[in-house]
Amino acid sequence: MSNIIGVILLCIGILFNLFGCLGLIRLPDVYNRLQSATKCVTLGTCSILISLLFFFGFSEIGIKALVAIPLLFFSTTVAAHALARGAYISGIGLDKRSIKDDYKGQVIEDQGDMEQ
Amino acid sequence: MRYLTLFIILFLFWLLLTFELSPENLITGAVAAVITTLFFGRFFVRGVKKFFQPARYFWLLVYLFIFIWECLKANFDVAYRVLHPAMPIKPGIVKVKLNLESNIGRTFLAMSITMTPGTIAVDIIDDHIFIHWIFISSTDPEVYSKKISGRFEKHLKRIFE
Repeated sequence: MSNIIGVILLCIGILFNLFGCLGLIRLPDVYNRLQSATKCVTLGTCSILISLLFFFGFSEIGIKALVAIPLLFFSTTVAAHALARGAYISGIGLDKRSIKDDYKGQVIEDQGDMEQ
Repeated sequence: MRYLTLFIILFLFWLLLTFELSPENLITGAVAAVITTLFFGRFFVRGVKKFFQPARYFWLLVYLFIFIWECLKANFDVAYRVLHPAMPIKPGIVKVKLNLESNIGRTFLAMSITMTPGTIAVDIIDDHIFIHWIFISSTDPEVYSKKISGRFEKHLKRIFE
């Protein structure tokens, strides 16, 4: 039984990782691509890790997989934030479909060129 | 006190990660934890007393379930936008007022925002958080502030403040 659940979770994980990669190709600019890279890929990988728990039970491997989940969460969120902010400061503009930009003018001028 | 708490947390984390109770492993873990504590102790949470108040852990658990639910919704939402042939996106950066005081609370709010439907926290300046949103559904600041941070803030207040 736990094997079946494990396989299902593994499939969900791989599917979501695939969606994340598709988003990385299809979405228009850095910020939107980060959206798919953080959300779909994190859920996909977490799902794969939880499936490991179902395959191996609460043994060494299962517990380590569980410990990896919060690590993954914290590192993805911090990385996404740092990438988005870094991209904005180094002058990569939003996509032309964007309808709002409150951040403009908030960044300190000498940190980068805002003209692009 | 702060340093000691950080040391204990790091050491427990090391034990979980290596999953071994041999003396060599314990010594390595202790040394690594001491070095990390010396370098990063000053960045640790102020007011460690909060670690010893059980009610906060209860709210953390409640919050965790809400968060996982929101996170699942976020994933389906983004997957839908990616797979839809016309890509229904309306991206932009919005500014939302923060109601949390403590740094750790703000950090967790920013992380929760990054993990939920189509939003990434880009920066915090003074009392405002800047959020990249993949689908801006309304232009009224009141409405979207509530939508983005309102549902988390009241729980985070109970956990961290």
